Amino acid sequence: MTQLLSMSGINKAFAGISALSDASLEIEPGEVHALIGQNGAGKSTLIKILTGVYRRDNGVVHFNGLDSTISSPREAQEARIATIYQELNLVPLRSVTENVMMGYEPKFFGVFIDWQSAHKRTEEILARFGIDIDVRAPLGSYSTAIQQLVAIARAVSLNARLVIMDEPTSSLDTSEVEVLFGVVKGLKEAGVSVLYVSHFLDELFEICDRVTTMRDGKTVDCRNIAGTSKLELIAGMLGRDVGEIEQSGMTEFNGGAKGLEKGEILITAEGVSTGPRLNDFDMTLHRGEIIGLGGLLGAGRTEVARAIFGVDRLVKGRLDVKGGTGNLDTPAAAITSGVGFLTEDRKAEGIIPDMSVRENLTLALLPKLKKFGQIDRAREKELVDHFIKALGIKTSDMEQPIRELSGGNQQKVLLARWLAINPDVLILDEPTRGVDVGAKREIQSIIREAVENGVGVILISSEFEEIVEGADRIIVLNEGRIVSELENPGITEEVLVRALAQTSEQTA
Amino acid sequence: MSTKETEIQIGNVKNRDWGKFLRSNGGVLALIVIVLFNIAFTPNFLQMQTLFVNISQVATIAIVAMGMTLVIATGGIDLSVGAIMALAGALAPLIFSSEFGQAYPTLGIIAAIALPLAAAVFCGLFNGLLIANLKVQPIIATLIFFISGRGIAQVLTNGNLQTFSNPSFSYLGTGKILGLPFQGWLALAIAIALYFVVTRTTFGRYILAIGGNERAAELAGGPVKRVKIGVYMICGVLSGLAGLIVVAINSASDAARNGNLMELDAIAAAVVGGALLQGGRAPIFGAILGAVIIQLVKYTLLANGIEDEVALIAKAVIILAAVYIQQARKE
Repeated sequence: MTQLLSMSGINKAFAGISALSDASLEIEPGEVHALIGQNGAGKSTLIKILTGVYRRDNGVVHFNGLDSTISSPREAQEARIATIYQELNLVPLRSVTENVMMGYEPKFFGVFIDWQSAHKRTEEILARFGIDIDVRAPLGSYSTAIQQLVAIARAVSLNARLVIMDEPTSSLDTSEVEVLFGVVKGLKEAGVSVLYVSHFLDELFEICDRVTTMRDGKTVDCRNIAGTSKLELIAGMLGRDVGEIEQSGMTEFNGGAKGLEKGEILITAEGVSTGPRLNDFDMTLHRGEIIGLGGLLGAGRTEVARAIFGVDRLVKGRLDVKGGTGNLDTPAAAITSGVGFLTEDRKAEGIIPDMSVRENLTLALLPKLKKFGQIDRAREKELVDHFIKALGIKTSDMEQPIRELSGGNQQKVLLARWLAINPDVLILDEPTRGVDVGAKREIQSIIREAVENGVGVILISSEFEEIVEGADRIIVLNEGRIVSELENPGITEEVLVRALAQTSEQTA
Repeated sequence: MSTKETEIQIGNVKNRDWGKFLRSNGGVLALIVIVLFNIAFTPNFLQMQTLFVNISQVATIAIVAMGMTLVIATGGIDLSVGAIMALAGALAPLIFSSEFGQAYPTLGIIAAIALPLAAAVFCGLFNGLLIANLKVQPIIATLIFFISGRGIAQVLTNGNLQTFSNPSFSYLGTGKILGLPFQGWLALAIAIALYFVVTRTTFGRYILAIGGNERAAELAGGPVKRVKIGVYMICGVLSGLAGLIVVAINSASDAARNGNLMELDAIAAAVVGGALLQGGRAPIFGAILGAVIIQLVKYTLLANGIEDEVALIAKAVIILAAVYIQQARKE
């Protein structure tokens, strides 16, 4: 059978940094094809090249037997490729009909929209998906699930040959997922291909035929899903095979190596819930230990950090932080009680791009730098100077805007921002993401040193070797709940991967 | 491919340097051009009287523009400045002309300055609470006083022009120190104080941090709400002060005209002075430079017999040029 889509040798770089190198993807007609990979593996970039959002640097794309010249989303639509993004690109304030028919409205005399038949056709289209709603009501008045299905209905009504779904189930509940799966199967029967991107691996086994795995901008595997195990998929995403997993010494950490005597208790969490994404979380953090939070994307790891740091309100449970009084309700209160939070998204939640290294570094410390109503600039400079040297931050001088630094050095400045407050607790969310190997090891040894000085660390990382080797204990989360706890020494990547695979099996 | 890339890069570097030069010196260059033009074409430009008139006029724009600069530095905007001027300006004569003000002239003057300023601070507080606590868009939140503030002022004065003769109060707008207008010195003093606040205090640092990345500032423990409320209160009180000065200059309060279109002048001055509308920069002395340029353009056109309406177009061109230079920076 000839391929519906064939992409090969795709390269794409952004500002000199390679996002895709030699990526490929093949989809057969009438196939449901899964695309998996960790964050940053290049899935979205590949899709955006296919749909004309980005232009490939080189490589070949054949769609429907022809050389593809798609260079805009509009052209992709005309080529009958429909994309349903995570963030819906519909107009919530307009009616369901307008959204489904947009650009293709039936008309009188080629000018006036024939609303009567537009509504009728919309109802017919939606009926095929088992949706019976008032098509005259604004789309925004319906649940996200309905909106998602409307988006799919629109795609199908345009006679798409390939429907791309990016994390379609992330906001759906169980029964809605069933409806969606029904739709996907219906599409397949009608000969339409579906490219299905999801972090929920169990779903893939239910509806997909083949799965393509991407890692670090490359396509590393493509196989039939029948006869594949979840463990193999996870190992493929992480780039480990089971034999290699036991190899150690890949990071600067050596969690669990020191004696087991624990310092005083820094944080006690009991039954903490902040909403659907974090439920009934228990944890005790001691001085001088690293607790790793394990889990796949959306498992609730970042939510733990946000709860402790006073960003998300607790709806249930109790959170005692040493030096704090009960639940902390703002980041400022958390900082006062000695908690620091290195956020995952450096650009959106970390750096203030136009401010200098100095100003970024001392931002969390400002209240303590106040002297006679002004900033004690001599002490500020002394401190910044100390951290630039101690952490080996490469900057021309402390007045350089932080945006001009490399990712690794920006990350070191942010780490210094938290070390400067002399924290008792450090929450590190993906501390080495997007930094080069050298800086990564340096950052890891800085963290290790802080721990040896008595800081309690909560470590979130998608790099398994980092938490396997770094953490004294790992709390494994899935869908906002604790599913198991692992104790170092004794944790290997294999053990962690198995724990993760088990959790997905349990919830399946 | 590599040659092409290098060429492009070289081109960029050139553009950037040129843009950088314009950005850091554009305001000063514009000022020099305007002054030279006036020396050449405007009769009697190089006279003390001209300097005096211009300083007394520019002071109010500069004072408001500095408040606006702080607001813009947090990523906000304040449309209510002109209306607050009218409100404060309308209150003052009511107070010192009241029976109490007549009976106790000194207390009356103090009250006639303090109470309008308090009202102005309150307006700023109201703006700030809407924006910081209720998360109303600044442009919408400040639109409330933009519309109602002048209305309140006109109701207070029954829509009449209030003229008065009160030399002590008029000192605000007509007094001289070392031969130059009192309000010029006042603006300078405020600039120095605000410059200190922006560069030396935690409050100032937080202003810039919030404008630069509000989310990051909050996660670093910055008191985002308090700082935002604070800048709108400062902007409010400075607007109130400007309103009092205008009334003092004219020895009359006209609620319909006091501060009319001041929001545009102030925003223009701030932007010409180098404030970025997305926030993160607070060039206080830039605001003064911007105010001087706008004032001089007005004066130049007026002195050369060109209608006021044309001055509006000229202002628009200046803003356009300033924004264009800012855009060039982002590329």
